[in-house]
Amino acid sequence: MLKDLFIILISSSLVSNVVLSQFLGLCPFLGVSRKTSTAGGMGAAVIFVITLASAVAGVIYKYVLIPFNITYLQTIVFILVIAALVQFVEMFLKKFMPALYEALGVYLPLITTNCAVLGVALTNVQKNYGILAGVVNGFATAVGFTISIIILAGIREKMEYNDIPESFKGMPIVLITAGLMAIAFCGFSGLL
Amino acid sequence: MNNIKERLINGLIKENPTFVLMLGMCPTLAVTTSAMNGLGMGLTTMVVLALSNAFISLLRNIIPDKVRIPAFIVIIASFVTMVELLLEGFIPALYDALGIYIPLIVVNCIILGRAESYASKNPVIPSLFDGIGMGLGFSFALTCIGAVRELIGAGKLFGMNIMPESYIPCSIFILAPGAFFVLAVLTAIQNKIKIIGERKGKDMSKIQSGCGNDCLNCSDTGCTKRFYDEKAQKIKGEEEKEHA
Repeated sequence: MLKDLFIILISSSLVSNVVLSQFLGLCPFLGVSRKTSTAGGMGAAVIFVITLASAVAGVIYKYVLIPFNITYLQTIVFILVIAALVQFVEMFLKKFMPALYEALGVYLPLITTNCAVLGVALTNVQKNYGILAGVVNGFATAVGFTISIIILAGIREKMEYNDIPESFKGMPIVLITAGLMAIAFCGFSGLL
Repeated sequence: MNNIKERLINGLIKENPTFVLMLGMCPTLAVTTSAMNGLGMGLTTMVVLALSNAFISLLRNIIPDKVRIPAFIVIIASFVTMVELLLEGFIPALYDALGIYIPLIVVNCIILGRAESYASKNPVIPSLFDGIGMGLGFSFALTCIGAVRELIGAGKLFGMNIMPESYIPCSIFILAPGAFFVLAVLTAIQNKIKIIGERKGKDMSKIQSGCGNDCLNCSDTGCTKRFYDEKAQKIKGEEEKEHA
């Protein structure tokens, strides 16, 4: 049991990295990676939301969708649950944990439309994970996202002073960096 | 009739969602391992886009402004579910190849973007053809990217051997890193065109390098920011007019 969870942890965070090999959550990956500090904030918010969302989605799938035999509605239900959850988390943090809200607040709304959150909920169903395995998978995926966004932000900070060809300035060079990182992450595929 | 033609050309060329607006990058990168997959994904998205555009336009006077985004998402998700079930039943090969990226069409920013910027303000027929035009543009772009990746990465095109026997496929192009490299070159070409255009004094503001410029300054809707901005500017302009 513990061994299975550990394998999920490693495979979701490193081997099939959510951004670099599945291309989910590319928007924040490319857009919020100017500075390591903001990238860290975004990563923390993503870990928080994805872990919570995969728990809630798992519970709803098991105790609502399966008993009523309406699993074909999963896409609609999950997207609504995630949108509502993010709103709720934002209100909750604002009221009860102002310090955490200060740190994560700006990033939370950005995550609603992040395809990684919906992607994890759907993968959990597709791979027949139970609730606990689903939460571990969500957490690991989000950790993988955080690792890659922080590395990219670190590289981008260094790259600021480099002499880049005119037409490669901005997005193209970031994409090339991401491609090289993806090659590096390919190396993890022999890990399991 | 003219209007319909204009909408189709607008989606295919003038505001091509991938080559010009740079929207919906996740599926663009993930499923374009071959030209056939790209085409399949593009056409699937087109069906959802056309249907949801038409339906949202039909309901545009009924949906209250404050809850329009959740309402749009529910409509889009319903059509995605329908299309997903149809694909599973009738084209299982494509369903397997696209996998999780079919339900993820829901969060593709092209669809919500078109709903917000076009379908919620225009009559049904133009909205339907706006969806078809945008979808065709998306399919065209995905097929092109898929073809380039398949040709370099496997030496094939639509599954047929094209390259001579002696060609050794550079298989990294059909793996994940290749997607980033192809997109990087694409955005570089786009930048170049933009730079040349600006030197000639043309208005190139439509060409965007994705939402990747700075998500933090995006309003609360991620990629669709620019559509909202357009709207906000329009409202501002009208207010100023009234003021004057």
